[in-house]
Amino acid sequence: MDAAALTSRFPATQDLAGKDMPTFRVAGADLLAAVAFLRDAQGFDLLADLCGVEWKDRPTRFGVVIHLLSTTHREYVRLHVDAVGDRVPSVSSLHPGANWHEREAFDMFGIVFEGHPDQRRILMWDAYPYHPLRKDFPLAGIEVEFPAADVAEVTGKKVVPAPMMGGPFVSHGGKLSEGEPTALDQSWNEQHPKA
Amino acid sequence: MVKSDFGYNSKVEGEVIVTRADAVVNWVRSNSVWPMPMGLACCAIELMAAGGSRFDISRFGMEVMRFSPRQADCMIVAGTVTYKMAEVVRRIYDQMAEPKWVVAMGACASTGGMYRSYATLQGVDNIVPVDIYISGCPPRPEALLDGMMLLQEKIRQEGGSLRRTFRGRTIETKIVS
Repeated sequence: MDAAALTSRFPATQDLAGKDMPTFRVAGADLLAAVAFLRDAQGFDLLADLCGVEWKDRPTRFGVVIHLLSTTHREYVRLHVDAVGDRVPSVSSLHPGANWHEREAFDMFGIVFEGHPDQRRILMWDAYPYHPLRKDFPLAGIEVEFPAADVAEVTGKKVVPAPMMGGPFVSHGGKLSEGEPTALDQSWNEQHPKA
Repeated sequence: MVKSDFGYNSKVEGEVIVTRADAVVNWVRSNSVWPMPMGLACCAIELMAAGGSRFDISRFGMEVMRFSPRQADCMIVAGTVTYKMAEVVRRIYDQMAEPKWVVAMGACASTGGMYRSYATLQGVDNIVPVDIYISGCPPRPEALLDGMMLLQEKIRQEGGSLRRTFRGRTIETKIVS
């Protein structure tokens, strides 16, 4: 990994001094050229991961983190990109494997990838109105209509917030229980059946 | 099956068996359940094990697993049902011919299990009528077999086995002697 070549070629690039692998913050305008340079001139020929991030303490709310792997030199490089608004250039023209990763980041965070060939949701259904991994979205979910109108008509059901009941993803403030795992909410248990 | 279902005394009746139509029909149905694996998560692995030689679901006449809803009469929902999949599960259930039964296998299919989240249907009984719930995460094949034997017991207790509904209408098959 020739860090000097990258930073001299793209002056806006910032070395973040990654502890486990070379890490850079690349400007959105440079992203495609930088990924192409790393692929063609530095041998980072495999896109290992691409994910969306919502930052708590950065001026831009959303960003994307890309991991590239060189199969010849056997090393990784990590690129951070800040979104402009909620937009980031798509790298799927350089690495076709980014296609579904970018769809997932779009689905979960609402990050729009400019130049993506097929910008649709990948996990939630197409008509779902929210982006669930955003920090302001509750884990239990928000009430919306059922994905299929005909099934909703037959069953009379809606997508409703899940009862958290102290479930496995609910934080107990760092204190570990020594007894049998039980739900904090005991409104529905063996003694009192589900209403 | 309770013994009184068949009143058969070879000395008195010779080769004639007296019984109720329900008893015969239910006996036949309960011993030839054709399950359809709705394998959505890890429970499906245990379901496959139940079909293997070690646990051998064919001892109960259920080895004819059909992957088409048209040819099955028992949907085994084995795994986590997401809201996105719920639509498909309901549609496949609608395509099954009557009589039909649903088994919710494992914690996720029964209640949503550990997935208390925005994406997961909190129990498949929200969208289809469930006959048997099997606990476990995932249930062992023995637990599945126990649940299926319970389903057989339930089928044997059913009344009106000659009645079925078709597009909202009730059709009664008449036996003419």
